[in-house]
Formats: sequence, C-alpha cells, structure tokens
Amino acid sequence: MRRMEGVQLNLISKEMLGRMSSMEKLRMILDNVKEGKIVVLESGLTPQEEAKLIELTMLEIDHENFIGIEVETYPQKEQSFLSKIFGRKSGRLTVIGPANRLKTLEKQADIIKALVQI
Amino acid sequence: MGLLLALKKRFSFLAKLFFKKDKMRIGIYGPPNAGKTTLANRILRDWTGDIIGSPSDIPHETRRARLREGVRIEVDGKTLTIDIVDTPGLATKIDFHDFLRYGLSEEEAKRRAKEATEGVIEAIKWLDDLDGILLVMDATEDPFTQVNVTIVGNIEARKLPLLIVANKIDLPNASPARIKAAFPQHPVVPISALKGINIDSLYKAMADRFG
Repeated sequence: MRRMEGVQLNLISKEMLGRMSSMEKLRMILDNVKEGKIVVLESGLTPQEEAKLIELTMLEIDHENFIGIEVETYPQKEQSFLSKIFGRKSGRLTVIGPANRLKTLEKQADIIKALVQI
Repeated sequence: MGLLLALKKRFSFLAKLFFKKDKMRIGIYGPPNAGKTTLANRILRDWTGDIIGSPSDIPHETRRARLREGVRIEVDGKTLTIDIVDTPGLATKIDFHDFLRYGLSEEEAKRRAKEATEGVIEAIKWLDDLDGILLVMDATEDPFTQVNVTIVGNIEARKLPLLIVANKIDLPNASPARIKAAFPQHPVVPISALKGINIDSLYKAMADRFG
C-alpha cells in the first residue's frame, strides 16, 4: 500500500479534555505541535490556559526547529449566570499548530480560515 | 474549599469597590509594534515631561517591562495617579529570521528573539499585579488576532478594568470601527499616540475607567 503524505490532525473531544488537568492539556498540545501535528480541541482552552500555553511555548522556542505556535479560536461567547458566579469559562473550538505550518488567512467572529502547509 | 476560593476570587471586585486604591497600576499591553511604548512616552511627556523608552520599527524593541511610578493625570478637575507599566509585545511565535529583514546580524537577531521570548513571559506574569489595562491595537491591522483574544479573555477573567486603544488613526487605512465591532463589550478610544490625535479623549476615558 502506498504511504499517504500529509499533516496529521489530532481531534480531541470535549469529554477527553474534561478529564484532563490544565497542565496535561498544555503538555499534550505542545508535544503534538512540536512533532508537526495540528491539534483540534472541541471545547478549546480557558483564557488562563491560553496564557499559560503562550508562556510554555516561549520557554520551548529553540529558534531552529520550533519557532512557536499558531492558535485559531473564536472569541468567548457571553457567559451564563452560573458560569459568571463560579467563574467557569469554557472555550470554543480551537485549532493549534506549529507556526511554520499553520497560517491564519482570515478571522471573524464565527468564521476562521486557515492554511496548513504540507 | 475550592468553591470558597472561587467565590472569593469572583467577588473580589466588591472589595475593590469599597476599598479603592489611591494609586492604580496600569499595564500597557498589546502585540508587537502596536505603539505601546509610543503611547507610554506620550502619556509621560504630557504629564511628567520625560519618556519611558525608545520606540522602534523593529518588532520586540521592548523586551523588559518598564515601570514608571506616580504619574498624575488631571482631567476636568479630577486627578488620577497611576503607575505605568510598559510591557513587551505579546506573541505566540518568535522567528529570528523576521529580524534579519531589518538589517540585524544573525547573532543579534537570535539574541533579540531569545530576549523577546523572555519578554512575553514577563508581560504575562505582570497581569497578576495590575489594577487596569490599556490594550493597544494597531487600527490598520485585523484586530481578531489570537494575542488580542487571549489578552481580553484574561483581563475579563481577572475582572480588571480595560480600555482598548485603537492606535495609528493618523494612517489612511486605519479602522477603529473594526476594533469596536470585534470587541463590542469594551470601550474603544481611537487615537494616534505618535501625533497626539484625540489624546485628550483617552485621558478622559482613563479618568472615568481607572479613577
């Protein structure tokens, strides 16, 4: 059988993300992205996790093989009353990839267009 | 216990309401080259007569956060005393090759890239020690960047007062309306920090938002 060339996409369900701690999620994302894979998170990250992901990314940039990440996500929606009280803010669908492979073409409130380089 | 901590954090704004600080520490945030240092310099030049640092066309010129304490701003008889923190530009990627285009040697470009990564981490850490944020966006650029979305999300999560500054309105393709449409839940003040256009409106908005 002929081997198919391309970029691997890892689609992570909301349920799996719900079972993971923040650090587990961020480690999984960075490990995959550093291997050149694109990670799609069904429920995204919280703003605090996004900031932590940027921090960890900065620590791992080696200026040769890994220059950082490209993140595509929609802005947060209005929160419900309960989530406002308890501060639970769930993210929306998020795509994360290596900065040298994933490029944002256009981003609007509900549409993200991106290009993946093979 | 976790619930109690979450509730305490959620309602910390009530404590802030009743025990107002006499001095607010305001962070100037934004992506690289949005005009953060130019704005910090404009504010300081207008109210203290000096500057905080040198702006540059090369991205990531500010790679260490710079603090200036006790800046007094007077608007319509109201006095606002603030500490200004000019933070390094936030980014999700830093490629030293981008700096080579500005005539830097490879060694200089790599050093700048390394310092820039440290600067991004420092800027994020500062979020925990601020009382308000001026988020500077380049009005000629698409505002829906991940950096802007992440900063706004973090400020909202921390319940800090936020003022979005739509900078560079002196340029022909500037569109502050695009920024207002992208972040309708927050006040947006269109200015040119370089030319000083509409800067009095910014001081008024700062007095209202942070005073």
